[in-house]
Amino acid sequence: MSPHPTFLLDRAKLTDSHTLKVAREDGAYAAIEKILKDKPNPKDVTDEVKSSGLRGRGGAGFPTGLKWSFMPDATKDDRPRYMAVNADESEPGTCKDRILLREDPHGLLEGCLIAGYAMGLEAVYIYVRGEYRLPYKRMQDALDEARAAGLVGKNILGSGFDLEIHMHQGAGAYICGEETGLMESLEGKRGHPRPKPPFPAGFGLWGQPTTVNNVESIFNVPFIMNRGAVWFRGFGSEQSPGNFLCGISGHVERPGVYEVPLGISAREVLEEYAGGVWKGRSLKGWFPGGSSTGLLPPDLLDTPMDHDSIKGIGSMFGTGAMIMLDETACVVRASEVLAHFYDHESCGQCSQCREGTQWLNQIFHRIENGQGSMADVDLLESLAHGMTPGKTICALSDAAAIPTLAVLKHFRDEIVEHVEKGCCPLKGSSGNAPSSDRTEVHA
Amino acid sequence: MALPEALVAELDQLVLKYPERRAALIPAIHRCQEELGGWISPDTMESLADYFGIEPVDVWGVVSFYPMFRTSEPGEHVVSVCHNLSCDLRGAQEILQRVCEVTGADVGGTSAGGKFTVERVECQGACANAPMFDLDGVYHEDLDDAKVAKILGDLK
Repeated sequence: MSPHPTFLLDRAKLTDSHTLKVAREDGAYAAIEKILKDKPNPKDVTDEVKSSGLRGRGGAGFPTGLKWSFMPDATKDDRPRYMAVNADESEPGTCKDRILLREDPHGLLEGCLIAGYAMGLEAVYIYVRGEYRLPYKRMQDALDEARAAGLVGKNILGSGFDLEIHMHQGAGAYICGEETGLMESLEGKRGHPRPKPPFPAGFGLWGQPTTVNNVESIFNVPFIMNRGAVWFRGFGSEQSPGNFLCGISGHVERPGVYEVPLGISAREVLEEYAGGVWKGRSLKGWFPGGSSTGLLPPDLLDTPMDHDSIKGIGSMFGTGAMIMLDETACVVRASEVLAHFYDHESCGQCSQCREGTQWLNQIFHRIENGQGSMADVDLLESLAHGMTPGKTICALSDAAAIPTLAVLKHFRDEIVEHVEKGCCPLKGSSGNAPSSDRTEVHA
Repeated sequence: MALPEALVAELDQLVLKYPERRAALIPAIHRCQEELGGWISPDTMESLADYFGIEPVDVWGVVSFYPMFRTSEPGEHVVSVCHNLSCDLRGAQEILQRVCEVTGADVGGTSAGGKFTVERVECQGACANAPMFDLDGVYHEDLDDAKVAKILGDLK
């Protein structure tokens, strides 16, 4: 089933992998133990992560080691510094961090300890989306176990190294996955993203130096420290090394979260891992990395799944979460579902986003229900161009505009067909039911 | 209305995690919602404002921003059906309809007698196991008609 070598999810397959006993027998905390014994220069740890080429797995693909190196020099800036682990996984299609939190919490905790050593952190906050109750509980239990075993807190393993790790529960807002929205939320406020600059490394949580990293990014760190950057670069592609957790959902035979090397073709994930499009149907379109990356046509399926290759076809690698639509699916309905989502999740600070997401939602709803006009199609386009690129405080506006522009580029005929026929030509087809009974709720 | 003593004791521990007390506000609202009837009443907001030394309107600002916080009393059981894309593609619409039939509640409403509240929610991060709903804080995944009838029927 798995033709490519794996390491990220190996422990998660063991019975009771979430317990300290099983995790330690499998080698958990070996990397931090070695670091606390050898006491390397913390900068060397960051450099190792840098040379591994690890890129953030939360969506932007920013190099993790480089991000760490933006934290101010501890000899010149003695303010307390923090890391927030972004476990607010809520990009539609994305369901990978949940598995790590639930099945291998000690792996994440070890990553936090290494990050704490490298950056001289005062404390780490693991911000888990509120709905993830079981993953949160697993993390909290693991944290309690690790603390009792002297692996977290003061004087860890008798080394003199201190690090506090705390669990924090979010409350269902997508925008808190944006790093500055997350920080506001962690401070107990509405999750309104902050204008940048100042950047979190200089002015983050409570105004102190802060780095915000995705769960899967931090989870990779113990592997890099145990086996080295060179070993890590043996996986994946030159510009995007390593394996990643690829969630694949929608119209496939075997939806799931699969560990695959970066650079694998989308077609291989679909056909070899997910068993192909379900019910013997053909593919209409696919999202490469979560809903914000836009619907692509099937002829792009041979594109390698890595940051630069997906960027090369005018999309984004995002969270690597593929969503597949079969030939019976309606792209207008899919667009409407997503436009509704972005409308619901816009924090409301920027007018382009607050108004734009609402308009997109209403227009897609109109077209899907046979009340759209050709002027609406043009309006979608001009609206979306008014929402991107970089016109707002954060990227939620872009995240709503990009899938709109993608569907206009690749599936314009189907949208026009809705307008011309005055109805959805695909209504009632499997897994894609009519939308006329949807109520509009605006947060 | 004062918060129950045991809850206050818990909040006293919670605030110690952070350099500033206010950071504990969202986890504290969660605990209040769990302990005080599944919603945040105006009284609870006042009590939280007192506890944190902030204005009630600040608590309201936070409560109203986050979809998980409720400002009206829910039924005994809350069914939150995901309707985002991965679930929609695998029949979330039909699942939602079935949930409404079995519970007797409308979307966004509570059944007569107060047994069930049904709501439609955005992506819950269980996309590879769609369709799904959350029932009283527990995920139920890979749903079909029979599963829905069984899970909810057992509660009736």
